[in-house]
Amino acid sequence: MFDVAIIGAGVVGAMVARELAKYQLKIILLEKKNDVAMGASRANSGIVHAGYDCAPGSLKARLNVEGAAMMEEVCKTLGVKFKRNGSLVIGFDEEDRKGIEKLMEKGKANGVEVQFLDQTGVRALEPNIGGNVTCALYAPTGGIVCPYDLTIAALGNAMDNGAELQRNFPVSAIEKIDGGYRISSENGEVKARFVVNCAGLYSDEIAKMVGDDSISVHPRKGEYILLDKECGGLVSNTIFRTPSKMGKGILVSPTVDGNLLLGPTSVDKEDKEDKDTTEGGFAEILSKAKEYVENLHAGKAITSFCGLRAVGNTGDFVITSRSPGFVNAAGIESPGLSASPAIAKYIAEMLKEQGLELVENPAHIATRVSSHHFRDASLEEKNAMIRENPAYGRIICRCEGVTEGEILDAIRRNPGATDLDGVKRRTRAQMGRCQGGFCMPYVTELLAKELGIAYEDVTKCGGESLINVEKTKGGMAQ
Amino acid sequence: MRDLVIIGGGPAGMSAAIAAYEQGVRDILILERDESLGGILQQCIHNGFGLHKFGEELTGPEYAWKYEQKVRELNIETKCNTMVLDITEDKVITATNAQEGIFQLQAKAIILAMGCRERSKGALNIAGSRPAGIFSAGTAQKFVNMKGYLPGKNVVILGSGDIGLIMARRMTLEGAKVHAVCELMPYSGGLARNIEQCLNDFNIPLKLSHTVVQIHGKERLEGVTIAQVDENRRPIDATREFIPCDTLLLSVGLIPENELSKAAKVDLSPITNGAVVDQDRQTSIPGVFACGNVLHVHDLVDFVSEEAEIAGKAAAAYIKGNTGKKVEIPVKTDGKVRYTVPQVITVKKDITLYFRVGSVYKNVRVNVTAGDKVILSRKRPKVAPGEMESVTIKAELLENVESLTVSLEVL
Repeated sequence: MFDVAIIGAGVVGAMVARELAKYQLKIILLEKKNDVAMGASRANSGIVHAGYDCAPGSLKARLNVEGAAMMEEVCKTLGVKFKRNGSLVIGFDEEDRKGIEKLMEKGKANGVEVQFLDQTGVRALEPNIGGNVTCALYAPTGGIVCPYDLTIAALGNAMDNGAELQRNFPVSAIEKIDGGYRISSENGEVKARFVVNCAGLYSDEIAKMVGDDSISVHPRKGEYILLDKECGGLVSNTIFRTPSKMGKGILVSPTVDGNLLLGPTSVDKEDKEDKDTTEGGFAEILSKAKEYVENLHAGKAITSFCGLRAVGNTGDFVITSRSPGFVNAAGIESPGLSASPAIAKYIAEMLKEQGLELVENPAHIATRVSSHHFRDASLEEKNAMIRENPAYGRIICRCEGVTEGEILDAIRRNPGATDLDGVKRRTRAQMGRCQGGFCMPYVTELLAKELGIAYEDVTKCGGESLINVEKTKGGMAQ
Repeated sequence: MRDLVIIGGGPAGMSAAIAAYEQGVRDILILERDESLGGILQQCIHNGFGLHKFGEELTGPEYAWKYEQKVRELNIETKCNTMVLDITEDKVITATNAQEGIFQLQAKAIILAMGCRERSKGALNIAGSRPAGIFSAGTAQKFVNMKGYLPGKNVVILGSGDIGLIMARRMTLEGAKVHAVCELMPYSGGLARNIEQCLNDFNIPLKLSHTVVQIHGKERLEGVTIAQVDENRRPIDATREFIPCDTLLLSVGLIPENELSKAAKVDLSPITNGAVVDQDRQTSIPGVFACGNVLHVHDLVDFVSEEAEIAGKAAAAYIKGNTGKKVEIPVKTDGKVRYTVPQVITVKKDITLYFRVGSVYKNVRVNVTAGDKVILSRKRPKVAPGEMESVTIKAELLENVESLTVSLEVL
């Protein structure tokens, strides 16, 4: 029996695993997909919110501010890129000004550093913001992070400390047994003394399995467009419009990897699997983003994608326990990424109160080698690494300059990539301007070789997402 | 210090190397990122190469092999599996490979011959999901011809570029069903002969003024919705049609790969996406030359080889110290002619101007004017964006000329 089973390998599940792996505990993380960070943690804005816009006194406000304060150190420890680039909430009319003034008050109540800028102040900070801007809230502590890099690194660290990851484990039933729970899936069952439900959009359904009907979660669709690195310098802060009740609106932000991100749209849906981008979505993102950032060119788009936020029905994070030893982390919408390290601490504390012994593991490894360790190295260091392992000298992805050595690391290190998208998220191979046009056949080959599977069995993202369907006539003859 | 470093060992790089050697340059190095020379020709196993150059129909690998043999015969040094990471204005090249690690070279002259890449799906912003089964046509070609795997059985192709047309036939020959080739424009961007031999001969419908508006499927592609577009290229809702398929191939344009040229601060043309060059294919940086698909996308490799010979010879002359620019005659275009290569003439000699038109025109006259004087005029029954055109101007016509304009007159 495991001490703790965590359901869902998104950023919250991964952070909980990392936190609990500091102690002498047997931990398993159960993920229904073929890789980690496959839900909202894969497709969101990647913003570490300063914490100025949560309702003062809410759990969201508390954990946002705490999490954002922890984030820089967490990222440093885990080798994840983090940049405190600052956030700007810009306004164009009198109503916006009122909204910004309200935000200023909230920010101060939440203990966040906020400044009011007039037009000159905004334009001095961001020359590419449209000339009709009138004012802005400036939060210098706002930051950016790569959400799936953070998830992979947090879970990788937990696994380096002994936590297990069970992929392709869609939980179908949970049963209370003596001293814990039995969690069943089509691919087997797992018993654990404590369970943490971090199932994102499905956290309501998981809670229902133990008779807890108190949670309701629905998807809010958010479409994004990612622009070429040529556009990454158009703005340096994350630029928000004055918020509405549907969220923070379309933002324009540099990413830690140097691209420019536009989005998200915000549409409430019922279908928890509908990640389709839409023609209307593209048009909305581009027209709104162009309203406030000049020199944006749609032709520089290299990809578009859609994420589903798990929106709860209380307006706050729902971190509850209605069944002994069973904790829910539900409705973790924005600023869930920013709050994730604090959510993990909060949940560890809840588990402790319920009787989980947190005895420190003396052999605990706090740090993880960055997935950027090769590309961030100096010339001398790189050449030393190439001498040691010539695979670092072979470039596989020419657009992003990713080497064979880095791809092999991504497959071999915790949690190892087992499909093309997994390699992409860990290394950026196939993520550049040609979007895998050149390197996909090579990455396929490396995956097949490393995993010991047939070339035609390599998938894009698990399941039925096969890349090739059969051998050609010539291929069969060989 | 190396005399001549050539970035790219495809048809352009090899041809340039041979031409430079024949002009007496001996210290030549070709840097190639792939495991062998030949570039994209290695995966082009269909025939049709070499008709202009050798008067015979060769496959891509056969065409490449003619040049590779010559490179070997002349003992021109090559480094394969070597990726160039950076080029500076001062011609310092940084490259990496498994044996030497990251190393730097100083070159007297550089020839850029990196080729081009396919425009990706991301640039198109097609609505819908992002399942497996969507490939650029060249990636599918690599899987089928180089790796021996078929990426799908029921295919729709978006874009009628030549690789898409070739792959329509190739997938059909491998037993796949190609349901349609959709082309956004009212005309194809591919060669007429490819439409005949790759689509018509196999009864594959070419749907002009059509595009893919929606992608369906969770894990593997399950189908696409296509639609006709109006004259503003906007989809017409009433014409939406679902086609079940497991594969979508994209052949929606080629983009010269000029990231290194940008690093070296070479002036680029916003129309070709390649360097601005003179008749010697010299870029804005003296001693840096460009040729082949990195300069502008060609229809036929034969013309790539010819262009590379020009660059190779000129690089040899530069290395020997013959660098003097004599004049500066800009070559302009009117609206119907999209671009010319070269874009500037610096020496008054016989010069062939290559150009592409922006749309299909029938019964036209190509006029080259200097000031208000037409110095050359050539009739063409039909011109199309998919077929590169050229006119040759004799040296004597360039006397007293300060600028040239290439224009199209519809008769």
